[in-house]
Amino acid sequence: MGNVIGIGAAPKRKEDQRFLTGRGNYVSDIKRPGMTAGVFVRSPHGHAVLRGIDKSAALASPGVIAVLTGDDVADDGLGSLPCGWGISDAKGVPMKEPPFPMLAQDKVRFVGDMVAFVVAETPEQANAGAELLKIDYEVLPSVVGVLEAVRPDAPQLFDDVPNNICCDWELGDKAAVESAFKKAAHVAKLSLVNNRLIGNPMEPRAAIAEYEPGTDRFTLWTTSQFPHVVRFLMGALVLNIPQHKLRVVAPDVGGGFGVKQFHYGEEAVITWAAKRVRRPVKWVASRSEGYVSDRHGRDHVTEAELALDETGKFLAFRVNTLANMGGYLSTFGPNIPTNLYGPLLGGVYTTPAIYCNVKVVFTNTVPVDAYRGAGRPEATFVLERIVDVAASEMGIDRVEIRRRNMIPKEAYPYQTPVLVQYDSGDPVGCLDGALVAADVKNFGVRKAASASKGKFRGLGYSTYVEACGLAPSRFAGRLGARGGLYESATVRVHPTGQVTVMIGTHNHGQGHETTFAQIVSDKLGVAFENVDIVFGDTDRVQFGMGTYGSRSLVVGGAALSKATDKVIVKGKKIAAHLLEASEADIQFEAGKFSVAGTDRIKTFEEIAGAAYVPHNYPLEVLEPGLEEQAYYDPVNFTYPGGCHIAEVEVDPETGTVTLVNYTAVDDVGTVINPMIVEGQLHGGIVQGVGQALFENAVYDEGSGQLLSGSLMDYCMPRADHLPMMKVATHSTLCTHTPMGVKGCGEVGTIGSPAAVINAVVDALSHLGVTHVDMPATPNRIWRLLQNASLPVAAE
Amino acid sequence: MKPFAYHQPDQIPAAAKLLASIDDSKLVAGGMTLIPTLKQRLASPVALVDLSRLGSLKGITDDGATITIGAMTPHAVVASSKLVQTKIPGLAALASMIGDPAVRSRGTIGGSVANNDPAADYPAGVLGLGATVITSTREIAADKFFLGLFETALQPGEIITAIRFPVPLKAGYAKFKAPASRYALVGVFVAKFADGVRVAVTGAGPGVFRVPPMEAALSGNFDASAIAAIKIDNDGLTSDIHAEADYRAHLVTVMAKRAVDAALS
Repeated sequence: MGNVIGIGAAPKRKEDQRFLTGRGNYVSDIKRPGMTAGVFVRSPHGHAVLRGIDKSAALASPGVIAVLTGDDVADDGLGSLPCGWGISDAKGVPMKEPPFPMLAQDKVRFVGDMVAFVVAETPEQANAGAELLKIDYEVLPSVVGVLEAVRPDAPQLFDDVPNNICCDWELGDKAAVESAFKKAAHVAKLSLVNNRLIGNPMEPRAAIAEYEPGTDRFTLWTTSQFPHVVRFLMGALVLNIPQHKLRVVAPDVGGGFGVKQFHYGEEAVITWAAKRVRRPVKWVASRSEGYVSDRHGRDHVTEAELALDETGKFLAFRVNTLANMGGYLSTFGPNIPTNLYGPLLGGVYTTPAIYCNVKVVFTNTVPVDAYRGAGRPEATFVLERIVDVAASEMGIDRVEIRRRNMIPKEAYPYQTPVLVQYDSGDPVGCLDGALVAADVKNFGVRKAASASKGKFRGLGYSTYVEACGLAPSRFAGRLGARGGLYESATVRVHPTGQVTVMIGTHNHGQGHETTFAQIVSDKLGVAFENVDIVFGDTDRVQFGMGTYGSRSLVVGGAALSKATDKVIVKGKKIAAHLLEASEADIQFEAGKFSVAGTDRIKTFEEIAGAAYVPHNYPLEVLEPGLEEQAYYDPVNFTYPGGCHIAEVEVDPETGTVTLVNYTAVDDVGTVINPMIVEGQLHGGIVQGVGQALFENAVYDEGSGQLLSGSLMDYCMPRADHLPMMKVATHSTLCTHTPMGVKGCGEVGTIGSPAAVINAVVDALSHLGVTHVDMPATPNRIWRLLQNASLPVAAE
Repeated sequence: MKPFAYHQPDQIPAAAKLLASIDDSKLVAGGMTLIPTLKQRLASPVALVDLSRLGSLKGITDDGATITIGAMTPHAVVASSKLVQTKIPGLAALASMIGDPAVRSRGTIGGSVANNDPAADYPAGVLGLGATVITSTREIAADKFFLGLFETALQPGEIITAIRFPVPLKAGYAKFKAPASRYALVGVFVAKFADGVRVAVTGAGPGVFRVPPMEAALSGNFDASAIAAIKIDNDGLTSDIHAEADYRAHLVTVMAKRAVDAALS
């Protein structure tokens, strides 16, 4: 028998046994009898009229079984890919929501837009067949940047979406902000670009679909973060497959970061094709294909203004953003730069008036949707950058201006002027902890040492808060969500006392199989090794909304906690019967039911046994079996936050920025497994550093070609780009989640870009540099230094 | 990948004969460029002639005033060779900076030189050292070998068998890595001989090139300060999403200085 490993312990991850020994089961590992291979033919043009497709040569190619196009989709009367959020403008006018066909009809709108699907006996034959398709395009000018797309003379993606504006969204009290600006002693202004990112999970997307004529049932294996949502969106809204006739399985998935939390057209096409060809169909994306089809992230152009009084107190904040949606609305697309952005513009500060306008814009690029952090890194970046700009312009220390404006610990719960109410937090405590951990007081010594080598050293702060644990369904519904955002868990106690948990979240690197097992082990007193977590299969798991928005522990863990509590309640009833005591006198602790004040006990295993062999059992009032289920819908978001401090060294000769130190002190609420939390923070920080220094998706204006479409041209952060990080937690407990947890999946990505860029600007501030857009590449820094207002020389 | 025939000859004449007799056949050495190209279906040769069984193409020999490196010698072997480290440490350093460990254990000097990628490292070492490219039919001086973007003096069917490097008094390589690909955004090889200095630049333009004003300045005074003020012209240099031409031009001077420092260290 193993041991209880409970909340707060740091066991090695259960799932790593199979991952590290090559025994994972990924979609591309799966083989089905009679399986065929599918290949998508994608538009090589950013924008073109699709005049016609001649399939004949492809169909005659050896091994080709079927060629499907948008006309076939239309003939079969299939639906358009649905958007899960419907936002509205200030007057309540709904966003423009043009159809997103699973295979292009009439027009293609980005390089990578799917035009046809070729099914053949082998991948090679499918590729050969695909090359023989004759597709007649009338190429149109593309528009890829948001500034260009809203110009009156810009190419129009849709006839009924004037100026390519999907929605002109706003939040906040515009008049209150205007009046505060009139009274301001100082107004700081900042224009910035939040660079477009490509998620690049290690495992490319893949799918297999199978149709069983005997039962009229479909199975789709897909690289998804939310199989139940795919079942609903694809079955009910696209392919018209009843829910009970569709099984969606997301087995081991090699990283998601948001890229796999959408319903993709590929899934629908493959499932539809499997019935048409009456054989299983498999597709595995190449890395290159991922670049032009995985949903991209970020891509904002923003003008921000911060009004301050003479002491540096923030009076009002005004933000105008153009957000790129790409060629169509993806599953969460319009929600990201609006509802997950505007409400975070208060940050950890007491700014009394905030106004945000976001124009959500179509362009000839891959659809943009959630990517780790999703809206909140963009909000944090704008706010934390402009705070530095204001401090510099007013001659106030950057830490001091933050302190003057921070919400004090005692002021929680704190209602912001932009919808959200923070339940708990301690920004000052995180800041103070980080200042010590980063050894800020000796920064001057390190800066002088860098200067003696001809390098510029800078320090950057980001004191941030985010909203995660998506999401309270009622609140989300008011903001335009078209679905619920609760989570569910079933705790199945076996007759021998072992436990299987069925949960609706999806583990694709986060360590859920370990964290959730620790919760059950802790609460039920069963051995850690006697708890298994099942996820990712709509036939095995009752229901679920999946994993994104740092919700798995916060919402899924809460459902699990509730279901476990129900097991204990039922166990007490059984124990009361067996111990001939009143239910009120039964206590449960460390895996034992006892009668209070006595030494009479029943073990958890004995109670489980009695539940399944109910010979001596209160059958009149209690059902046999020991299995409980709970659904949990959160009452609020959770608000993790913290303070990140980055330290960089700039080589003025080449413009190279080196991240030399990184410190994060984060408030993530209760920590279940500190090793896993540390890993989540490390990974999140690295992704934020990637955005700040390396990653950039670049399109060619006019042709719409993706110029950064490979790992040779799109720079992912690597181990040798990074210092050892100092990561610590300074937690206050969430007041409304069952275990006090807040979530930690995205905090690193949200806090870090501003810290890094603030450090770069600090390193160059003596030259008159006031802002650097991301990524701060060597070429960009060198250019800034060429144009610097003051001469470049080491201090 | 499209289907192709695969040959693995064990004699150079046999390899040359295959290459000459099969239209649209291609040599494969380490395959670091060719295999990805095949996988993306951007090339579809009828046949591949694999040089990996030609034992005579592997290894490094000490000829006294020169060292000769077989065409099929992987970068990792050059980087870790005591002979190269002793006689031309700058060349061993160059080999150690190519790609990543996987690339260095598969990629070969002959493959790199024959491919003449404008951002590859070896062309800078070969041109900077004034090496001689030895082929199945002749010997070609480095100055006559590299002709431009992926273009060399090699004739159809001609196979590089080795590269012969004169041993310099001093030599150094400095590379500014392209952040994503780790190819040279700009790489500069500097070599000092009794009769003068050679400076070769890779990554900056459509092909490796020499910088005569730097060579002249360093021949008079082999110190980084001698070239600090020498700027090269932006014209003809590469501009792309990673670096604009004037930045590349600037980096040529910076990397040349660092290469001199490396040679002197």
